[in-house]
Amino acid sequence: MSDANTINDPERRDFLGTVTAAVGAAGAAAACWPLISSMNPSTDVLSKSTTTVDLSTVPLGELHTVAWQGKPVFILHRTPKEIADMEASQGGKEPEADQMRVQKPEWLVVVGICTHLGCVPNHNADGWLCPCHGSVYDNSGRILHGPAPRNLEVPPYRFTAADKIVIGEKAGGSSNG
Amino acid sequence: MANRVVAWIDQRFPLTSFIKHELTDYPTPRNLSYWWNFGFLAGIVLVIQMVSGIFLAMHYKPDTTLAFDSVQHIMRDVNYGWLLRYLHSTGASAFFAVIFIHMARTLYYGSYRAPRELMWWTGQVLLLLIMATAFMGYLLPWGQMSYWGAQVITNLFRATPFIGDQIVVWMRGDFSVGDATLTRFFALHFLFPFLIFGMVVIHLVGLHTVKSSNPSGINLADKDNIPFHPYFTIKDFYGLGVFMMVFGGLVFFFPNFFIESANNIPANPLQTPPHIVPEWYFLPFYAILRAIPDLLGGVVAMALSILIFSAMPYLDRSRIPGGARYRPVYRAMFYLFVANVAVLGYVGIQPPTPTLAIVGQVSTFIYFSMFLLLPFVSRKEERWLRARGLPKAVHDLLDSEAAKAKGDRK
Repeated sequence: MSDANTINDPERRDFLGTVTAAVGAAGAAAACWPLISSMNPSTDVLSKSTTTVDLSTVPLGELHTVAWQGKPVFILHRTPKEIADMEASQGGKEPEADQMRVQKPEWLVVVGICTHLGCVPNHNADGWLCPCHGSVYDNSGRILHGPAPRNLEVPPYRFTAADKIVIGEKAGGSSNG
Repeated sequence: MANRVVAWIDQRFPLTSFIKHELTDYPTPRNLSYWWNFGFLAGIVLVIQMVSGIFLAMHYKPDTTLAFDSVQHIMRDVNYGWLLRYLHSTGASAFFAVIFIHMARTLYYGSYRAPRELMWWTGQVLLLLIMATAFMGYLLPWGQMSYWGAQVITNLFRATPFIGDQIVVWMRGDFSVGDATLTRFFALHFLFPFLIFGMVVIHLVGLHTVKSSNPSGINLADKDNIPFHPYFTIKDFYGLGVFMMVFGGLVFFFPNFFIESANNIPANPLQTPPHIVPEWYFLPFYAILRAIPDLLGGVVAMALSILIFSAMPYLDRSRIPGGARYRPVYRAMFYLFVANVAVLGYVGIQPPTPTLAIVGQVSTFIYFSMFLLLPFVSRKEERWLRARGLPKAVHDLLDSEAAKAKGDRK
């Protein structure tokens, strides 16, 4: 290493140049991180991540819509006939048992956003119809036909009392915020 | 005195030589038609948008609780606020109209071919920047159509493999379009015009290197070029006068023609309007998105429908100069393409029905086949035109270019 020629060795210069550029690039990438991260939801938005709903005000057979994280959540108080119909079927495009989608069969809780492009479907006797591109969902929120790829999403929620749920918390009890 | 000032500047800055090189001596083909006015007009519309936009920003409030009302405040209370807003909302449509004509001229006359590929590609970047700016600006009035348009379009990014949901939340800064989204769209809507301006400078530097194309498609001899100033400044300003009559007519007599009535209702995140339509300039691309019955496939097709234009210099393999003017088959394809885009636009504005879905799918198929057939069609067409007999001058030109290309390779 004490050889004077090593100092003028172009390969050593190239190596140092490459390392300097690499460190510089890594530094620039690291400096971008706070900027990118600042665009994610802020803590006050995240703190609104749960919604508590009193179910005792929802009559049998009625639909109640609440806002959770700024998104509509449909809470459908299903009649025994609707429950029986839904349990007898597996849905359409994305088959799923009705029992897998509810915690108590009379209460269907789904995010009211069409899985196609995010419109809010309108409720009718047989389920939901999306006004944007015509996707049809049944009373279990399962996609029957239309362009939507998936069933309506079931949000995490937990019964804190017989007629009270907290949307945004997992059924196990831990917070999802 | 004026001469002494100019001389003082010229010693320090290339003022006179710049004006000479770029304007009074800048060689421009003498045969340019009025179709060559639209680049200049696009520049003027950019200025209208930037000026009216900056003054609107002095009164607008990017906050979900204030945005809708601040637009009403501009319309009712601010002096000439109605004029600023109508100039800006009509200007957005005018921008796309002018840009689409500018692109159609480039396609018709084959101006995208060598050596002007970079003109075409910087123009493509400009189109994408303008689309992004228009999309973000459309959210700002915070009406129902603003809100649901932004909701649907940001949702498209869910199609990103693996991290789609996170990307959408990151873009919105919230779980659905909300205050964070509105504020960042305003910031970016203010920033992007300056990026567009910079890109226009690059577009013009490129233009002044390769010079304007012309309807003959042949690079003219020096004697057939005339100075840009005064000949084309006059021609451009005459075109501007005509443009301003149409633009002024819309601003003053039909200002709501381009404003969707549903946007007069404040945004409501819990209620989708019965029928969502994008602005007219996005309709053909929206129809392509809807034609594919799969989210990812639709998004990819829509992106490709715009990006595929950049392949034109390679897809068009004919060496016959003059674009569609001297190429009957290419000309037929051009008109079929334009008509097909109009059909797509019609499909895009209608509520989805099974019949229209099929029309949309056929039109989407035609749209892409025009591009994909072009390499074969253009080759065959050239052979056919040669066999039929080209004018001697064109024949000699093609031979000399072929010989030159051969020499370059050696």
